[in-house]
Amino acid sequence: MLSRTADNLYWLARYMERADCLARLLDVTQRLAQLPVAYGGSTNEWRSALLTAGCADQFKQLHGDDATEQNVINFLAFAPENPSSIRNCFEIARTNARSVRTALTIEMWETINSSWLELKRYSTKDMTREELARFLSFVKETSLRFDGAAYRTMLRNDAFWFSRVGMYVERADNTARILDVKYHVLLPDSEHIGGPLDYFQWSSILRSVSALTSFHWVYRESVKPWLVADLLILNAQMPRSLTSCYQNISRYLDDIAAYYGRQGTAQRLARSTFTRLSNSRMDDVFQTGLHEYIETFVSENNRLGATVTEQYLL
Amino acid sequence: MTVAFDEMTNADGSVRAAYTALARWLSNVPPDVLDHRRKEAEFIFRKIGITFAVYGDSDAQERLIPFDIIPRVLTGGEWSRLSKGLEQRTKALNLYIKDVYSKREILRAGIVPEDLVYQNPVFRPEMNGQKVPHDLYVHIAGIDVVRIDSETFYVLEDNARTPSGVSYMLENREIMMRLFPELFAENRVAPVENYADELLATLKSLAPTTATSDPVVVVLTPGIFNSAYYEHSFLADKLGVELVEGRDLFIKNDIVYMRTTEGPKRVDVIYRRLDDDFIDPLAFRPDSVLGVPGLMSAYHAGNVTLTNAVGTGVADDKAVYSYMPEIVRFYLGEEPILKNVPTWRCREADHLKYVLDNLHELVVKEVHGSGGYGMLIGPRADKAQIELFRAKLKQDPTNFIAQPTLALSTCPTFVEEGIAPRHVDLRPFVLTGSDRVRIVPGGLTRVALQAGSLVVNSSQGGGTKDTWVLEEN
Repeated sequence: MLSRTADNLYWLARYMERADCLARLLDVTQRLAQLPVAYGGSTNEWRSALLTAGCADQFKQLHGDDATEQNVINFLAFAPENPSSIRNCFEIARTNARSVRTALTIEMWETINSSWLELKRYSTKDMTREELARFLSFVKETSLRFDGAAYRTMLRNDAFWFSRVGMYVERADNTARILDVKYHVLLPDSEHIGGPLDYFQWSSILRSVSALTSFHWVYRESVKPWLVADLLILNAQMPRSLTSCYQNISRYLDDIAAYYGRQGTAQRLARSTFTRLSNSRMDDVFQTGLHEYIETFVSENNRLGATVTEQYLL
Repeated sequence: MTVAFDEMTNADGSVRAAYTALARWLSNVPPDVLDHRRKEAEFIFRKIGITFAVYGDSDAQERLIPFDIIPRVLTGGEWSRLSKGLEQRTKALNLYIKDVYSKREILRAGIVPEDLVYQNPVFRPEMNGQKVPHDLYVHIAGIDVVRIDSETFYVLEDNARTPSGVSYMLENREIMMRLFPELFAENRVAPVENYADELLATLKSLAPTTATSDPVVVVLTPGIFNSAYYEHSFLADKLGVELVEGRDLFIKNDIVYMRTTEGPKRVDVIYRRLDDDFIDPLAFRPDSVLGVPGLMSAYHAGNVTLTNAVGTGVADDKAVYSYMPEIVRFYLGEEPILKNVPTWRCREADHLKYVLDNLHELVVKEVHGSGGYGMLIGPRADKAQIELFRAKLKQDPTNFIAQPTLALSTCPTFVEEGIAPRHVDLRPFVLTGSDRVRIVPGGLTRVALQAGSLVVNSSQGGGTKDTWVLEEN
């Protein structure tokens, strides 16, 4: 297939996934910020959302240090100045989709196009909490529909594989970032690790990635930091976990390699990351420090993205 | 103006044969059902994203072409005459262009004046003496036809460059079948769905003789900002070929390749939807970023087929149009089956005089104009507009032709006030391959939605209709 087509499919999937992640991030942030003040102390959840999304610098250029709820929501969800705002994700996804319409199924295109049309209906200024909640669930549903349309209707060939690789690279990045929220949202001095606030924060994170129920099924005990990290990093049964993402990335890159009859750097990188994840134990992760582990992972994941681009998409 | 011929209803109120079933249906179906279906159609069009961009209208970035849900009907007999005429005309166009870029017999015979060729801005000296695959130039033609009575069809315009609109022909049928399956049960409507197959067969037949038996075909688009982008992607999709932009292609040793995830892949036939000016910055406009540097060189080397060929514009401007009947006779030795609209060439002194004396009842068009822009419709114009055109005509008469205002036929159309007659034209698409000519029955019917209006162009508020050719029993 055309390199440009593969590139468009890859980024289309990434942007749809990113929009979903941003919606989940806003969701979890709102939950965290809604804690009674007695719990809340002096932490700033909205600033942490910016750090997690990796766009604190761009925000600062626009709003300075004024990380209020309204500013951050506008910035992450709607701001035209933020290249990765949810609105821009949808815009870019649709532009990409238009340029590769021939590679999309009708169902995929219709999902993107109708969401793009619907997006215009949401006002940006002064959304009430209910409106925001409606908007966020619209974004998540769009992403579900797109994913479902792709899964159910696409031919299993390179077009499908490139779009899946894009989706999983993005999802791995997003899972890592959401897990890192907890690093940025500091516990106030009056609270202790394992205390009620700590517990609440961890379960909000699980909830934001729709994993709270899964957690209970897998561990059958109360929410503990290392178990949450185990679920989201190492557990291969968990479809958002880093291990699961890399299992899929490896698999689809291998499909591409087999189809084209040639392996490359991207395949080797993906396999080695997958192997390392499979061999990790939670003790080691916490020994290195969860935040540091995640930072390393995010940059490794970026390197894989760059390699895929170089190998196939130019 | 005379009363226009209505394709459904005779002057005495009786219904013409082609419309019997449709008229019965129209009189039975409640208006609110029609209205409901019309809204449904619009919703579907928008959801599928069948939109077009209007140049110079920044705030309507993506607009829908209004779709009229009442089909336009032709009988099998009418169509068979029409299609014979279209085939004949396209044959003549091909022979004419070949002649213009080689022996120029028609110029030497004094039938077409030389300056119409040599001073034509779309004449491409680069094509002089160049051989093109299979000696064919216009592989995809859109011949605009209007009807004025039960017997007479006129050709209004030949589109020999990159005629568009075929996606609407196909989508209109698709939508009609979805919304009104019962109508198709009552009428034997000739299918158009095979257009893509016919187009692909045509394109493959045109591959250079050196290509493999399964030539690689691509559609070349200027990109998503082009007004017809939807159609480009639609066609590539239906053809099952890659939709490429200039940057996806490159030339090495006069061979065209596309960049793919598996490395370079050779391309044999390019159905380009990009004007001559932009296809190769080394040969034409150096500032074009849409084209492929070196493409003309590969073309001249005979390694790739461009459809349509470069330089076909020399056959489809409105001044050459007026010579088409002679062109048909010259190359084919036959009488033209389809008539031309009587045309005054303002380049000729006696014609100019007539035109200037009768501006109030003529339509004056620029020789190179298209899309309904830059024309004068005498009977509708005020004094100032007429005087403006008078000045233009005197200043540069060769740039204009004039025609009588035709009473274009009307078809029943669903508008605000109910079902009312509106003027229509027809653009059938003629495919010329190295093996044969293919025309799917019908074409794109465009309709002027304003009462009395004769301008059917989508850029000026025209709409479209599904076009039916009824199969004879």
